[in-house]
Parts: sequence; C-alpha cells; structure tokens
Amino acid sequence: MTISRKDLLNMRDLSAAEVNTILDTAESMEEIIYRDVKKLPTLKGKSIINLFYEPSTRTRSSFELAGKYLGADMVNMNANVSSIKKGETLIDTARTLEAMGVDMIIIRHPVSGAPGLLAKSVNARVLNAGDGCHAHPTQALLDMYTMRKKFKSFEGLNVVILGDIAHSRVARSNIWGLIKMGAKVTLCAPNTLLPVEIKKMGVNVTSSLEDALQFADVMMALRVQFERQDESFFPSSREYAKYYGLNKEKLKHAKDSLMIMHPGPINRGIEISPEVYDSENSVIDEQVTGGVAIRMALLYLMGGEYDEAQNS
Amino acid sequence: MKPKILNNVRIVDPSSSADFVGSVVIEKGRIKEINEGTEVNKDSTEYEVYNLEGKVLAPGFIDMHVHLREPGFEAKETIESGTKAAVKGGFTSVCAMPNTDPPADKAATVKYIIEKAKEADNCHVLPIGCITKERKGEKIAEYGELKESGVVGLSDDGDTVMNSLVMRRSLEYAKNYDLPVLTHCEDEALVSKGQINEGYYSTILGLKGMPNEAEDIIVDRDIKLAALTGARLHICHISTREGVELIRKAKDKGLLVTAEVCPHHFSLTHEAVVSFDTSTKVKPPLRSEDDVEAIIEGLKDGIFDIIASDHAPHARHEKEVEYDYAPFGISGIETALPVTFTYLYHQKSLSLEQIIEKYTVNPAKALGLNIPSIEVGAVADLTVIDLDETKEVIKEDLTSIGKNNPYIGKELKGWPVMTMVEGEIKYIDEEVNKNAKD
Repeated sequence: MTISRKDLLNMRDLSAAEVNTILDTAESMEEIIYRDVKKLPTLKGKSIINLFYEPSTRTRSSFELAGKYLGADMVNMNANVSSIKKGETLIDTARTLEAMGVDMIIIRHPVSGAPGLLAKSVNARVLNAGDGCHAHPTQALLDMYTMRKKFKSFEGLNVVILGDIAHSRVARSNIWGLIKMGAKVTLCAPNTLLPVEIKKMGVNVTSSLEDALQFADVMMALRVQFERQDESFFPSSREYAKYYGLNKEKLKHAKDSLMIMHPGPINRGIEISPEVYDSENSVIDEQVTGGVAIRMALLYLMGGEYDEAQNS
Repeated sequence: MKPKILNNVRIVDPSSSADFVGSVVIEKGRIKEINEGTEVNKDSTEYEVYNLEGKVLAPGFIDMHVHLREPGFEAKETIESGTKAAVKGGFTSVCAMPNTDPPADKAATVKYIIEKAKEADNCHVLPIGCITKERKGEKIAEYGELKESGVVGLSDDGDTVMNSLVMRRSLEYAKNYDLPVLTHCEDEALVSKGQINEGYYSTILGLKGMPNEAEDIIVDRDIKLAALTGARLHICHISTREGVELIRKAKDKGLLVTAEVCPHHFSLTHEAVVSFDTSTKVKPPLRSEDDVEAIIEGLKDGIFDIIASDHAPHARHEKEVEYDYAPFGISGIETALPVTFTYLYHQKSLSLEQIIEKYTVNPAKALGLNIPSIEVGAVADLTVIDLDETKEVIKEDLTSIGKNNPYIGKELKGWPVMTMVEGEIKYIDEEVNKNAKD
C-alpha cells in the first residue's frame, strides 16, 4: 500500500480515502510502539533527513523515532545553526541533500509554502512538518487519529478549535481534514485572531467560549503563538486566559464526555489550566503517542520509490 | 539609415481619430508621407519596404511606470537590458522610476540615467525624480534642478510619503515647475508585513494579508491634498474597487488627477498565489475578482487614463526563495501589451483605439509631453501590433534580466511585432521581418 503522491504538503490535497488509509495504517503501527524491541526492517537502507528551520522538540523527535522504529537512517539537520546562517538558500540546501542521495526530507519552516518550493526542487519525497501559518498535516492526522479512536466516526462530530486561529497551521490543517471527513467545525476566538473570510472554509465562527462549549464533542485549544505576534491582538495574557482559557469553571457548560486536545507545547495557565490538563477529559498525552504512530504510517506508506509515470 | 516604407498597414491614431489602411513613408527619423488605401512603390534599392498587411500601426507606446534598476541594482536590470526589453514589448518611451541606488533625487543621478540611455540607444528614457531626498519621506527634493536635468515627474514609488504635511508641500512645490507627482498609495502601518491580498487566499495559505483599505486610505488622502493644493496628481497602480470610486469622484470634481492601472491587476486575481509562485508577489497585491471587475469597469469608463506595466525585474536568486523572503514585483514590460490585448481587446472590454490612447495620448498628457501622433512631420516613434498573433510566454525568450513573470507558460493573443524609434527599427519579430520585406 502506498500514497499515490510524491509529497505530503497539506491536508487540502488529501482525499478522504487517503486519510482513511493513513489512519488505518497508524492503528497497526501503534502496537509497535509498545513492544520491547521497537525495530522493523521496513525502511532499512532508506535515508531520511529532518530539516528543521524552526525549533521543535516533539514533532522532530516524533519523526525521528518513527523513522528509527521502521529501520531508516535518520539525520537531524537544524538549519538555524548551519548553512542558512552562511547565506545558503533553501534551493541550495535541497540540491546538496539531493546530491547526498537522501530518500525523504521532513521539513519544518517558518514561511508558508516553503515545503512546496523544496518539493519542486528535489526528487526525494518531501513531508511537511509545519510551514508558517499554512499547514501541519501530520499534526492534523494525529489529532484525527486520536478523535477517531474514541468517537469511531467523524460524521456529525462537533469539533471546536479555540484560540489563536490566525497564526495556526494546526487549525487550518484540521479544518481541511475534519470537514472532508464529515465533522462540523466551529472556531472560537477573539475577533482579532480570526482571519478574514475563514467561514468560506466551511466552518462556523463564534467569539463566545460558553456558547461553543455547550455543543462541543471535542475542544481543541491552540497555543497562543506569542512569537508570531508583533501586533497587539489582545490586551494581555491575563485577559486572554480569563475569557478564552479552559478551566474547571468553564467546563461546567460542557458535555461530560468532552474531549480536550492541545497540539502543544502549552502556555500553562493561559490556554488550559493545570487541573483541566490533568483531567480525564484531556487526551493531550495520547495525542503525542498517536503522533509517532501517524508518522510511522506516513513514512511506511511513502517510503517506497515514487514512480511519477505510474501515478500520473 | 535607409528611408522606410510601411505598406498596407492599418493606421490607428487616437490623436486624430484616424483608422484606415494605408502606407507610411519615413525619412530622416520623421514621417514624410501618409497615403490612405494606396501602396507606395519606390525603388527598393533606396527604400526598405515592409508589407504589414493585417497589422496595426500606432503611435509609439509610452510605459510611464518602469523600474530600470540602474544605477545600483544592475543584477536585476540595466538601462541597456531594460530598454531592450521595452522595445521588444512595443514601447518607444519609458519612464524610469527613481528608486535606484543612489536614488534619483539629484541632477547628477538623473544626468547619469540620461547618458546611459543614450549609450544604450534603444528607446527614449524619461526619468522620474524623487519626491523626497533619499526617498526618506522627510524633506522634499530639489525639484527645480531635477526638472532642469530632465525629469518629467516626481515619485517615491516603492514607498509612500507617509507624512501628510510633506506630501502637501511636495504637491505645492511641484506646481512651481508644472511637474506631476506620481503617488504610491499604501498605508505602511496597515500593510504591516503583508505578503498578499487580505482575503480567502491569505487565510488558507497562511500568508499575511494586505487589506484594500491600506491602499484606499492613501488614495483618499492624496486626492484630498490634490484638491487642497490644486496640483497635478498621478495615482499609480490602483488595485481596489474603492480606489476606482475615489478617483471617479475626484475626476467628477474636476481635480487634476490622472490614474494608471497595471495589466496584472486586470488579468489576474489573488487566486494565482495559490501555487506560492513568487512571480505573483507584487505591490499592490493581486486582489479579488470583485476588484478586478471594478478595475475593468474603471478602464471602460475612462477612470483610468493610463495602462502602465510597473515593470519590476528582480534577479533569479532573489525570487527563487520562500514566498515571504522574495521581493515584490513583476517583470512585465514584455507582456504588458499582449496581456492588454488578450484580456481587454479580445474580451471586448476596450476598443483598439481606447487601448492605444491609454498607452500613448494619455500618458503624454499626464506627463506634459508632445502628443504622439501619426502625421506628416511627426517624429517616427511607432509601434506595430499583430492582434491575431498567439504565442506562449517562454521564460528564455524574455529579454529583461528579470524572469519574474506570472504569465510564463500562458498563451497570449496580440503581440507587438515592430518598434521604431525616431525612424529606426529597434525591434522586429523574426517572422514578420522575413515575410514583410517585399
């Protein structure tokens, strides 16, 4: 089984059938994570580079472990401290990696569209591990994997995405993926964090957390991306936490079965209070495990040679 | 230089409302004879004779908004390469914007540009001087000396004069020398770090948006200042529906306001950015369908006097980068006319005469130049167009150093096939040359 595309750049391009294939494959991969000996020869002889232009702990480690569990040779390249500092462009880097014979490149980049530029420049397969405010498809897939485990189906599922939508690639990828699979998505944020014309993506929008909580099956809080905010989007963290932070008091308005998610890392006490993080409703740690399973599934499905002629 | 005869060509001259098939004889850089319906037969050893049946002969086209990049940014374009691209694009005159290094805020720089243009000897170069010293937006430049050295207008294009008092003084002082002030309208704070139009595509692509209002606020301000001062204001590259309305009202009031629009703003929408192709990155940005409709309506209604390319070439390595890191601009001088004919003439939005007027008579009026015309005794600056020629834009065929052109790979219909400056052919299409010579 393979994915019939050279690269994984965003959720918008994936078909529902491809999403199901990835989620199904992840189920069988998760079991491997719990084995004593976590090593399969599936990708033996394949070389994969983690090319990260932005700091990351969980996504990079998750990809690295996924690759290693499947037997690939993984190399981490932190572009912030290497050639980019010497003025090397992304395309120069791509050519260099290509010349080294790399099979797959996992890229994280602060600029939207950078993985697509890389993908056009190399024969190696490219996986987007997050670009600017554009897309983070593997995060969306792991979020959907976590939801499907509990709810079995996305049809009619009410998912609320809460917080810094404007700067969130996670939100955009989840919207594409969830709507494609039949879920209902509502965005909840102060108006300054809701990008224009977002409703055209097929979502509902509200600025009232209380309203959103009443019907939500899933509440996905986003990290406030202070590092991307050079403008004043809200007056203070204190005010944000008061009106948009998830705490026990606010959850009184919610269903008992509400699933609470967060892509991490969390600004503790701002997006989610410690007691809510530790509550039974929270699946934040499960998301991390699911992340490795999803990335194993993708590396497995995309690990083969890509034959353009065959797939055209 | 041998005298030339252009036979069997459709002569279209908006300055005299002429539109007939005839022939033109050119000698010593000027039009010597015009004959309606008659082929001129003269000794072909003494005359170069071109049979231009099926083609259109117009007065030489003027592109009043071009970045030639020299001095300072010769890796992007030189006056030589830029003017060569200009004549290939059908232009006999171009206005050179002053955002060079050093900027054209002093007579010495203007004289250098004029000298380089003479050396290149491709087409007329009409320099634009800076509004403010060093383009800093703080103190107005020496307009008297700039005019004496040869500038035809003033602009800090690429940047807006954000200080309203400085802009007022500029308009007042420019009146002394009867120079138009060409304004780039963009509220810098509201644009912030915007990369593309603010709308659906900025949302789904996660690229920072620039709202229409950032443009409209300055258009409104500068029109108000033009009314206050009574000066000549030319508004560059309008891209919004509200901008069209503001200019319409200004014209209704009888203000001395002219306005231009660029081919990419009436032929492409912000949807073109979906591929993250950096050749779609331009300021002002490609806007929504609604804005494009308004721009075309504005062209039909005559709200826009002028079409100009805003030719902004960049070196390959500057554009082959991540979208946020790429500079703004389209290298458009070679495709401006075919884009105009494809999207306005062949789609029946504008007549041929209207299009020619927006590239000849109107820019000349806005700049206070002699009106280009096809009449006996006039300088033989002429553009020949084949309205039916259909051709794909091929990167390698572009003469400009800048290959940042969003029409690469697209087919366009209606191309310039000959450009004559002062009676000398500066560009001729190979096929036309082969078939046209009797």
